[in-house]
Amino acid sequence: MNLSTNHLIMGLNPLQLMFYFSAALAIVASLKVITGKNTVHALLYLVVSLLAVAVCFYLMGAPFAAGLEIIVYAGAILVLFVFAIMMFGLGQDETLNAPKSHSFRLSNFNLWVGPSLIAILLLTELIFAIESSLVQEKLTSHIIDAKQVGILLYGPYLLAVEIASFLLLAGLIAGYHFAKPEGISLDQKGLDQQKETGGHL
Amino acid sequence: MSAIPLSHVLILASILFSIGFVGVIVRKNTLFILMSLEVMLNAVGVAFIGAGSAWQQADGQVMFILVLTLAAAEVAVGLALLIQMQRRFKSLDIDLLSKLKG
Repeated sequence: MNLSTNHLIMGLNPLQLMFYFSAALAIVASLKVITGKNTVHALLYLVVSLLAVAVCFYLMGAPFAAGLEIIVYAGAILVLFVFAIMMFGLGQDETLNAPKSHSFRLSNFNLWVGPSLIAILLLTELIFAIESSLVQEKLTSHIIDAKQVGILLYGPYLLAVEIASFLLLAGLIAGYHFAKPEGISLDQKGLDQQKETGGHL
Repeated sequence: MSAIPLSHVLILASILFSIGFVGVIVRKNTLFILMSLEVMLNAVGVAFIGAGSAWQQADGQVMFILVLTLAAAEVAVGLALLIQMQRRFKSLDIDLLSKLKG
């Protein structure tokens, strides 16, 4: 009760305040992504930026979209990025550049403290949103749940879903084709030549 | 009507979109360009969700799911191209791709 009167004095409801806070965190994390030097650290900030945007979605009354954002973006697409970075072998450069003296531990601390601090702020905000009855009351009044989305997705938007599935299939085939090592075609040619010579002999 | 005004959501979306756009233009590392593209697509998703919650329609979330699919396909193709580029040029500098014939 004390909290609500406090916010009434400020002229903003807690939902709005929390939205602005997580929006500011998303902007800061995105700026760190753009200005980063190390690929892995930029990726870490990208994850935090996506989490902040997911909290924004939750506060906008779209919990289904927030869950999808975390599962698909932060869970699947970012793992793809990590796999690619592992294939590029950029981790070797990082260990070369790291200082080897006793300050190594401190610099190591500096690397992960930024993203984890933003993530902890987001976590406290989410816990406050779940716990506070005032926020919950405001949230549940204008929620769009997964049922409405599903009815719309498999009703009027059925053709769009089919086209999206074709797009994913095209992405799969293109990814296989482009990432295929060039040696395979050469090996195939060598195999054919071998077969030819074998037939000739 | 949502508690958060639509104009503020659109301001957030446009700020995130311009951050991603600046990243695409400024950075030379192709991996960072792909990450900036992710930020841009995410900003588009914010705009869709905000519009959907302002009019209390589920269409915004449907469009967000389609944008998500697009982002997944785009990242798969882009990272495969990057692997090919790393294999040919031993570098991820986008300026190496300025010549089309090679």
